[in-house]
Amino acid sequence: MGLFSRIVNTFKRSPKVDWDELEELLVTSDIGIRLAMEIVDDLRDKGRKIDADDVIAECRKVVMERLPDSTKPLPLPTSDGPRVILVVGVNGTGKTTSCAKLGHYLQSKGHSVVLAAADTFRAAAVEQLETWAQRLNLPMVKGAPNADPSSVCFDAYQSAKARGADYLICDTAGRLHNRNNLMAELSKIRRTLGKTDNTSPHEVILVVDATTGGNAVQQAKEFHKATELTGLIVTKLDGSGKGGCVVAIQNELDIPTRFIGTGEQAKDFAPFDASQYVEELM
Amino acid sequence: MFNQLSDKLEGVFKNLRGQGKLSERNIKDAMTEVRLALLEADVDYSVARDFISSVRDEAMGEKVLKSVTPGQQIVKIFRDKLAELLGGDQAPLELTPPARILMVGLNGAGKTTTSAKLALRLKKEGRRPLLVACDLFRPAAIDQLETLAREIDVPVFTPDRDEKNVIKVAKQALKWAETQNGTVMIFDTAGRQEIDDALIRELEDLQKFLQAKEVLLVADSATGQQAVNVAKRFDEAVGISGIVLTKLDGDARGGAALSMRSVTGKPIKFSGVGEKIADFEAFVPDRLADRMLGMGDVVGLVEKA
Ligand SMILES: Nc1nc2c(ncn2[C@@H]2O[C@H](COP(=O)(O)OP(=O)(O)OP(=O)(O)O)[C@@H](O)[C@H]2O)c(=O)[nH]1
Ligand SMILES: Nc1nc2c(ncn2[C@@H]2O[C@H](COP(=O)(O)OP(=O)(O)OP(=O)(O)O)[C@@H](O)[C@H]2O)c(=O)[nH]1
Ligand SMILES: [Mg+2]
Ligand SMILES: [Mg+2]
Repeated sequence: MGLFSRIVNTFKRSPKVDWDELEELLVTSDIGIRLAMEIVDDLRDKGRKIDADDVIAECRKVVMERLPDSTKPLPLPTSDGPRVILVVGVNGTGKTTSCAKLGHYLQSKGHSVVLAAADTFRAAAVEQLETWAQRLNLPMVKGAPNADPSSVCFDAYQSAKARGADYLICDTAGRLHNRNNLMAELSKIRRTLGKTDNTSPHEVILVVDATTGGNAVQQAKEFHKATELTGLIVTKLDGSGKGGCVVAIQNELDIPTRFIGTGEQAKDFAPFDASQYVEELM
Repeated sequence: MFNQLSDKLEGVFKNLRGQGKLSERNIKDAMTEVRLALLEADVDYSVARDFISSVRDEAMGEKVLKSVTPGQQIVKIFRDKLAELLGGDQAPLELTPPARILMVGLNGAGKTTTSAKLALRLKKEGRRPLLVACDLFRPAAIDQLETLAREIDVPVFTPDRDEKNVIKVAKQALKWAETQNGTVMIFDTAGRQEIDDALIRELEDLQKFLQAKEVLLVADSATGQQAVNVAKRFDEAVGISGIVLTKLDGDARGGAALSMRSVTGKPIKFSGVGEKIADFEAFVPDRLADRMLGMGDVVGLVEKA
């Protein structure tokens, strides 16, 4: 049940607004206690006596203000080389799966896509992406085990360019944002990609797990510092995690959510639609 | 040095000394700050409320009034209660034969990695662990476990790559184990969301068959408000015996652990502290309590004061 339906259900019972209950509803979505309090205060400050109906309308407005419709499309293919999408994030959020899903999505829109298996670290990470690549019929470039991920991306770029591919999607190893050396490795991948085409990478996407609480904002901050994020993919919205962290990230860092993951199959993936997200998923 | 929370509380109590009594206002303000700290650490909304109300009276007693640093004193009381709750009845693994450990949890929590970590730990204790790959779903999950097993030189059962029936795999694995001279079996399972009824049922069936005495819920320390749901649902379905908190090498505050501990009453047994197989420890409740309240060594400071 989405945020607004839960608010409707809760406040249907009585005409008087229970602010604590509203705060609790917001907090259970993982938007963070500070933002929840801010929203509640905003609503209270409306000055007039708000009743349950107003709360829903106002709440919708206040949340949507913090989550602008971010349907900004991915860059269109050009003739001077593939558009490069670098996919990053902490361990286990769904990067590899999302690379496969995004590749499939772009392919279904008629584009040609190459995947780069630049997680040379985790056990069987390459095999995992390779299985997806075979399943979805997407070409994939990999390096030797423990190869430098930058060089895998570099080679993959050359290969994608030679093929005339529209997009190159680079999967990277999961890393915790407080590990300086691993974050530096990511900056290096970014720089290396810029060597052949100084506009590349064209997108750097952080994959965030909808199950994550307050730490997601910290994750986004650090990844943003290392790689200049252009967007988010929020995964596992098929679970009971509400992914409110993307509202918090948008609110604090102004990084928009681009796609959502709603399952373990390639089809469980869609562009992000803010109002649908808040109505139905959050 | 002083952490943010105790600084804020010192502010609340600025003119306390010599008053002989805490005002309603003091108490309310202080509890608001503690509540905020817990919620910011991702403790579940109602778990935080209950925890505060159960500790509140003690935290507001004589000791605080008389203290030179009442804010720190309060933080210390909450912190000690928190550690007590997180560490309560910490139990060793139940490994009487047939010793079986079933690893369960959400997608990407760290089950496969933790299976190998646990195997290495048991091996170092002189046991003979066996690993069993029961994730038939995630691409290359079997290869992942196989690679890790090879790294630590532990025998691993790997099903046919197109096998889809997890009970069949478990049966084959038990048969295989008879030839392996192992003393404890660790079963890695596929990640699943707790509201996915079909997949939860699969897990129920597997546990019905295996009757594992240890069912470990593997949970990411960055988990948010979903934690209560997850712990409850997995516990109802397969009766968890403990929790493993992973990725504690990150900087998440780890409040989900309090939520999970509170709603299931099951102990947190181990911590994952890195990606390497050796990055695995017995769970240390004090350290997590400090972390949840965002403090360095406040306790040491208070005790010296
Ligand atoms: N239910 C659900 N599971 C997902 C979703 N996206 C990914 N997963 C699962 O989450 C787990 C981790 O996904 P991966 O793609 O391996 O994550 P990763 O970020 O590449 O992990 P590392 O490379 O180890 O850091 C797998 O079990 C995936 O099937 C989603 O939208 N919903
Ligand atoms: N930094 C760190 N990473 C960890 C820890 N435990 C697991 N990981 C990483 O988290 C990611 C997911 O771990 P897995 O063991 O594949 O998780 P899983 O629960 O088996 O995932 P699924 O089978 O897809 O549900 C991998 O990148 C692991 O290396 C830990 O304690 N610290
Ligand atoms: Mg991956
Ligand atoms: Mg696994």
